[in-house]
Amino acid sequence: MDILDIFLSASFWAATIRIACPLIFATLGELICERAGVLNLGIEGIMTAGAMAGWMWVYQGGDLIGGIVFAAFIGALFGLLHAQFTVILGVSQHVTGIGITMLASSLSYFVFNMLLPNTTTPPKVVPFQTIDAGPLANLPFVGEVFFQHTFFTYLAFALVPMVIYILYKTPLGLALRTAGENPSSLESQGISVFVIRTIAVMFGSSLMAVGGAYLTISAFDAFYFGMINGRGWICIALVIFASWQPGKALLGALLFAGLDAMQVRMQLQLGTFIPYQVFLMLPYLLSIAAMVIVARKAKYPKALLQPFRRGERN
Amino acid sequence: MVILEIDKISKSFGSVVANKDISLTLNQGEILALLGENGAGKTTLMNILFGQYSADSGQIKAWGKVLPAQSTDAALKAGIGMVHQHFTLAENMTVLENVMLGTQSLLSWRTDTQAARAKIANICQSMNLSIDVDLYVADLSIGERQGVEILKALYRDAKILILDEPTAVLTPQEVEGLFEMLRSMQKSGLSVIIISHKLDEILAISQNIVVLRQGQQVAQVATATVDRGELAELIVGKKVPEPINHQLAPGEPVLHLEKVNLFKSSSEKYQLTNINLLLRERQIIGIAGVSGNGQRELAAVISGVLKINSGKFEILQQDARKLSIKQLTKLQVARIPEDRHSAGIVGDMSVWENLMLEDLGANPCWRSGFLINTSAAKARAEQLIEKFDIRCANMNMPAKLLSGGNIQKLILARNFQLSPKLVLANQPVRGLDEGAISFVHQQLLDAKAGGSGVLLISEDLDELLRLSDFVQVMHDGKLSKAYPREVLTPKLLGILMSGGQLDSADHAADLATRSQYHAV
Repeated sequence: MDILDIFLSASFWAATIRIACPLIFATLGELICERAGVLNLGIEGIMTAGAMAGWMWVYQGGDLIGGIVFAAFIGALFGLLHAQFTVILGVSQHVTGIGITMLASSLSYFVFNMLLPNTTTPPKVVPFQTIDAGPLANLPFVGEVFFQHTFFTYLAFALVPMVIYILYKTPLGLALRTAGENPSSLESQGISVFVIRTIAVMFGSSLMAVGGAYLTISAFDAFYFGMINGRGWICIALVIFASWQPGKALLGALLFAGLDAMQVRMQLQLGTFIPYQVFLMLPYLLSIAAMVIVARKAKYPKALLQPFRRGERN
Repeated sequence: MVILEIDKISKSFGSVVANKDISLTLNQGEILALLGENGAGKTTLMNILFGQYSADSGQIKAWGKVLPAQSTDAALKAGIGMVHQHFTLAENMTVLENVMLGTQSLLSWRTDTQAARAKIANICQSMNLSIDVDLYVADLSIGERQGVEILKALYRDAKILILDEPTAVLTPQEVEGLFEMLRSMQKSGLSVIIISHKLDEILAISQNIVVLRQGQQVAQVATATVDRGELAELIVGKKVPEPINHQLAPGEPVLHLEKVNLFKSSSEKYQLTNINLLLRERQIIGIAGVSGNGQRELAAVISGVLKINSGKFEILQQDARKLSIKQLTKLQVARIPEDRHSAGIVGDMSVWENLMLEDLGANPCWRSGFLINTSAAKARAEQLIEKFDIRCANMNMPAKLLSGGNIQKLILARNFQLSPKLVLANQPVRGLDEGAISFVHQQLLDAKAGGSGVLLISEDLDELLRLSDFVQVMHDGKLSKAYPREVLTPKLLGILMSGGQLDSADHAADLATRSQYHAV
């Protein structure tokens, strides 16, 4: 009965949408990288870097949109680094990715401490505010769920059809998907696999960073240590859950976010009987269960993890 | 009208000369064949033409204009299209997507699928092709995929089509379909360069032939002026011995299948129904059939990978239904797998390591306790390389760098070193050149003479009729009775392979078959 109450409350659904946003950005980013054949385990670090960069831009007096753009730019730089190693040099994507994660997150904390020494409580910025939706916002239930969000939130949801369009309706998207399916096919059409994969990894990484920035300049208003807190790894799993399809990635992000929003509320209601760690585990456990069911027949991009070298048989 | 001139092209890879001063010309509406053994430099030359390699010296002119070196893009724009031996299709994408890839600027905002569909429909109509462009490539047969590759080239308005060993992976029927398509392309003014080492096909389709040997051009002749023997001699540089199958008195049964059934399981789509097969020592039985009719499953059953559902299955007169793969190997069953690259070798491991793989589970000479006695292993590898004429720079090179013929020799060496009792040869010469074919066939015949029973699964009717003592035909998971080679012709085999029955005129075959079974 308590759980039913949770489902009936508008705040639960609104929270689900908010929690889903960083996951949507980062999952789409990872999906684009993997569709081009490159696993990007730098995601966790790149999100941290984006969270720091976006926040710092705003803290230093830049505007909020500028914060998003700057985070994207920083993400693209780390993407370029990842692509240098995995695409151009063709070294292990796993090792490089983990290296990028460690580099990007450490660098973020380091830069944060350099720019703001002697701070004990994290300083705050004025984050994105709720867009005034006029009378729509006052609708019962629907108003709170859908029409009391920030620009950044709507951007996340608008991104899904945009990525679908790019992947499936443009020649660039076709080339990108081919890079992840059979790179030699691309090469034989006179298109450079290196260029396509590098572009994909840079673009994907910039989305991850934007996902990180969502946390610091929309969901919250400050940058903390460890604030990404494994969201990057969840996105890796969500890509598989989504069978590498952007539409399903949105579903997966919402599902996970819903579970996360629910566990917080269940802690409040049942926390006295059950240790709260059990609820913290819940979204992860249920995600694993969902993955086992959904992703068993997933169609991998055929050339995922395979470095491409010109003139070599695969 | 001459549309393409290749002028004194040379190319070396390190110390290996792949092409030396090769010149040829191509006319409009001509089908030119490029012949040579594996490693003769055919593919290298075509990759230079298509802009994938740059030549060390020499130049290429298309329609009088010099082609820039190493630019696939320029070659495509000049109207040269290439179908690689290993298809360059993305399987998880549709035919339409594969064809359209790279035909539009990457910066345009929309793929123009409607225009593409119209153009493809047009090409298909004029070339007599029928392809559903919305199917995924993964769902197409090999022959259909080749059609897609050709369609890709035509979609880019190719005027010169390079086909690298197009028939290597095709069934006889598909080859016929391909050739019909090539002829109609020729009529509409296209020129084709076809690389192959199948002499009969080249004689049937081409007007002119250029022969390469070890990177050098040894002949340019009009097809009408040469015969098969002369061509083979030109390619190899010496007379190619044709292995002869001598009738020998068969001995004890080595493989016996009786009323064997293998049911479909939910995940797989194979089925074997009522298979009867008796193979004796000093006998070769050929299994004919269009691939995909159960040959793969039959081979999997005999090599212990699949377990039969019912029936009798004996190897060397022992019940083999419950034997593990390891036990089967101990019974000295030699297996030559259908896909030698993926199932036959470990590509990244060295030649000498690959030569050890067959007796991993046994107690071979190269083992000392838990360790590998490297020097013993290498010494034996050296013997095998010598005996089976495996041509490699050294035994430490990765096996995947060997040519197809040499990979097959490696597999033969590994399998035949212990004089096996039963040899399971699945498509042993598919994709090999004349010299290697002759070698492999001689090895199979030697094995027979040495007392082995050989089961030869093949689609090559020539091969079957040349080597087998009896031929059984596989169709739709069923195996025909055994026909003695003498009563069979390619035409009769063709009827059986397509599921037809031989009429009473083939009574003689029937009688002979019965006498074989009565001898059990």
